Amino acid sequence: MITQRLFVAGLTPRIQIVIALLVGAAVLVPVLNLAFPPSSPFHVPNYMVALVGKYLCYALLALALDLVWGYCGILSLGHGAFFALGGYAMGMYLMRQIGARGVYGNPDLPDFMVFLNWKELPWYWHGFDQFWFAAIMIMAVPGLLAFVFGWFAFRSRVTGVYLSIITQAMTYALLLAFFRNDMGFGGNNGLTDFKDILGFPVQASATRSALFAASALALAAGIALVAAIAGSKLGKLMVAVRDAESRTRFIGWRPENVKLFAFTVSAVMAGIAGALYVPQVGIINPGEFAPANSIEVVVWTAIGGRGTIVGPILGALLVNAGKSWFTGALPELWLFALGGLFVAVTLFLPKGIVGTYDQWRAVRRERRLAKADLPSGPAEAGDVRIVRASSATSPVPQGGPEPQPAE
Amino acid sequence: MTKNHTILYLDGVSVSFDGFKAINNLSLVLDKGEMRAIIGPNGAGKTTMMDIITGKTRPDEGEVFFDGTIDLTRHDEADIAMMGIGRKFQKPTVFESHTVEDNLLLSMKGPRSIFPALVHRGSIGEARRIDEILATVRLEARRADLAANLSHGQKQWLEIGMLLAQDPKLLLVDEPVAGMTDAETEETARLLREISKTRSVVVVEHDMHFVRELDVKVTCLHEGSVLSEGSLDFVSSDERVVEVYLGR
Ligand SMILES: Nc1ncnc2c1ncn2[C@@H]1O[C@H](COP(=O)(O)OP(=O)(O)OP(=O)(O)O)[C@@H](O)[C@H]1O
Ligand SMILES: [Mg+2]
Repeated sequence: MITQRLFVAGLTPRIQIVIALLVGAAVLVPVLNLAFPPSSPFHVPNYMVALVGKYLCYALLALALDLVWGYCGILSLGHGAFFALGGYAMGMYLMRQIGARGVYGNPDLPDFMVFLNWKELPWYWHGFDQFWFAAIMIMAVPGLLAFVFGWFAFRSRVTGVYLSIITQAMTYALLLAFFRNDMGFGGNNGLTDFKDILGFPVQASATRSALFAASALALAAGIALVAAIAGSKLGKLMVAVRDAESRTRFIGWRPENVKLFAFTVSAVMAGIAGALYVPQVGIINPGEFAPANSIEVVVWTAIGGRGTIVGPILGALLVNAGKSWFTGALPELWLFALGGLFVAVTLFLPKGIVGTYDQWRAVRRERRLAKADLPSGPAEAGDVRIVRASSATSPVPQGGPEPQPAE
Repeated sequence: MTKNHTILYLDGVSVSFDGFKAINNLSLVLDKGEMRAIIGPNGAGKTTMMDIITGKTRPDEGEVFFDGTIDLTRHDEADIAMMGIGRKFQKPTVFESHTVEDNLLLSMKGPRSIFPALVHRGSIGEARRIDEILATVRLEARRADLAANLSHGQKQWLEIGMLLAQDPKLLLVDEPVAGMTDAETEETARLLREISKTRSVVVVEHDMHFVRELDVKVTCLHEGSVLSEGSLDFVSSDERVVEVYLGR
C-alpha cells in the first residue's frame, strides 16, 4: 500500500521509458556479450561492457547530485566523497576476498599491511570479509557522514556558496586523510589487485556482464526512487525550499530536515554508485576524493539539466563518452573542451539540454493552444507563457534558483 | 493589564540593529478576534514588529506573548507558525515554480514532518478545502498555472490563501494592497473583513482609503513605538500623526 502510494506520482512516461531502456540493457548487453562470438556483428566487446558500466555508475552519481542540487538547491561540491567512500567499502570487501593469493601470501592481511609491517588487521577492517556487512557499510558510511555533516550545516543555516565550500573542504580533508599510509586504506596506492567478487573472478566476462547489469538496474532503481520522491508532497516541498527557503519556515516546515533527508538519501545513492564502480575499474585510490572529481559531477548535471532526473544521466553519459573519445584522440585538449562546454551550456542553455528541450516543447504547446483558441487571430509571439510544471520534473527558474528573501 | 484575553501582547519591546533602535519600548495589545490596522511612515518599524512576533528577530528586551500564555521569544519561526500565527510578507513571497494549487497544498494545516509528506496522499476533505480557498481568493481559474505567472495582486491573494490554508488564529498581513487597482483594493478589504469574523488579524498598510474600508481600530507607529491609537478619524486628526506624515 505504502509502496504503491510512493510509486505512482513521479513516474511520467519519459521516466518509464528510461527505466525500461535500462532494464532492457541490463538483459540485452550481457546476452550480446556472452552468447555471440567476437566475430559476430552482434557481439558487444568486453571493453565496451566495462566502459559503459562505468558510465552508468557516474550517471547514478549525477542523479544523486540532482536530488540535492536540482530539487533542494544544495550545490554540493563534495559528492565525489560519498562515491569514494562507497567505493572504499566495496574495495575492502574485495581485498579480503584475495585471501592468501596476494604477493606476500598472507591469509589474514592485505599486501599493503604486510608491507607496512602490521601484525594484525585493524578493527575497522573486521567484518569486511562478509559481503552482507560490506553491503551495509557501502550505504551506512556515506549516509552517516552526510547525516552528521548535514545536521550541523543545515541546522546552523549554512547555505549557498558557504555550504558549497564546506562540502568541497570535506572531500579535500578526506583526500588528505586517505593518502596517509597509517589510515590503513592502502595510502597513495589505494586498494587494487582484486581477484573475486562473491566467488566469481572479477576479470571474467560473465562477472563483468553481471556488474554491468547490476549497474543498469541500480540506476533504474535510483531513477524510480528520485522520481517518486520528486513527485510526492515532500518533493514539492524540496522545490519550495530551493526557491524560497524562509517562506517554508513561516508556514511551519523545517527546511533543515528536508535538506537533511535529501542529502542523506543522495549520499547513500552515491555510495552505491561508487561500490558498483570499483569492481568494474579494478581499483580505488584517494584520487577519487579529488575536489575536481566532484566538480565534474556538477558539470555533467548542469549540462544535462538539473531538476529533470533524465538530464543528469544524459549529461553524465555524453560528457564521459566525449571524455573517452577526447582522451584517445586529443588528450591535451580535454580539460579545455570540458571547460568550454560548461561555459557554453551556462551561457546558452542555462537549463541544460533536457531543461531547454522541455521549455521549447512547452512554448510550442502553448502556441498551439493559443492558435486553437483563436483560429483567425494571429499568434502573438510576445504572448508566450511558461508552461506549468509537470509533477516529476521541476524546471529551475531562469537564471538559477534565486533565493527570495522573505522580508 | 491582564494578558489572558489577548491574542497578542507586546510590552516594552525593544530591538536595535547596530545601535539603531528599530523598535523602541513598543507596547501593543490585541484582543481575541480583533482586527487592527497599523499605519506609520516608512521605517517606523512595522515589518520589524512582525519579524519579532514570528520569531525571525529576537527582541533585545520586552515581553511578547501569544494567546495569553505562550512566550513567543522562546520559539522559532516554524514553531510559531504551527502554534497558529500566519504571515503575509511585504514583498509577496510564493513558491514561483509551483502551481497555485500546490502552493496551497504545501500550506495546508497538517503534520510537518518528513515521512508523512513523503507518503502524503490528498484526501477529499483536503481537495474541498483547497477549492474553498481558491474560491475565497478568486483564483479558481488559475489553479493549474505556475505562481510565477500571476500578476502582483494575484500573488498577494495567493499568499493570503496560503495563510488561510494554514488555518491560523492570528494573521499578520504586511501591506496587502501594494500594487493593486482600486477595485482589487476594495475586494481585499472585503476579504480581510470576512476573515476577521473568525480570526484575529493585524494589517499593516499605507493606503488610507483601504484602512478606512477596514473600519477598525488603528495604531500609528513612529520610530519604533506607538504614537497614537484609536479610530481612524481620531488618529488622523492627532497632531503628532499629522506632523510625522507631513514633516517628512
Ligand atoms: N535586519 C535589519 N538590519 C538592520 N536594519 C534593519 C533591519 N531590519 C529593519 N531595519 C531597519 O529598521 C527600521 C524599521 O524597518 P521596518 O522594515 O520595520 O519599517 P517599516 O515600518 O516596515 O517600513 P515600510 O513602510 O517602508 O515597510 C528601518 O530603518 C530599517 O532600515
Ligand atoms: Mg515594512
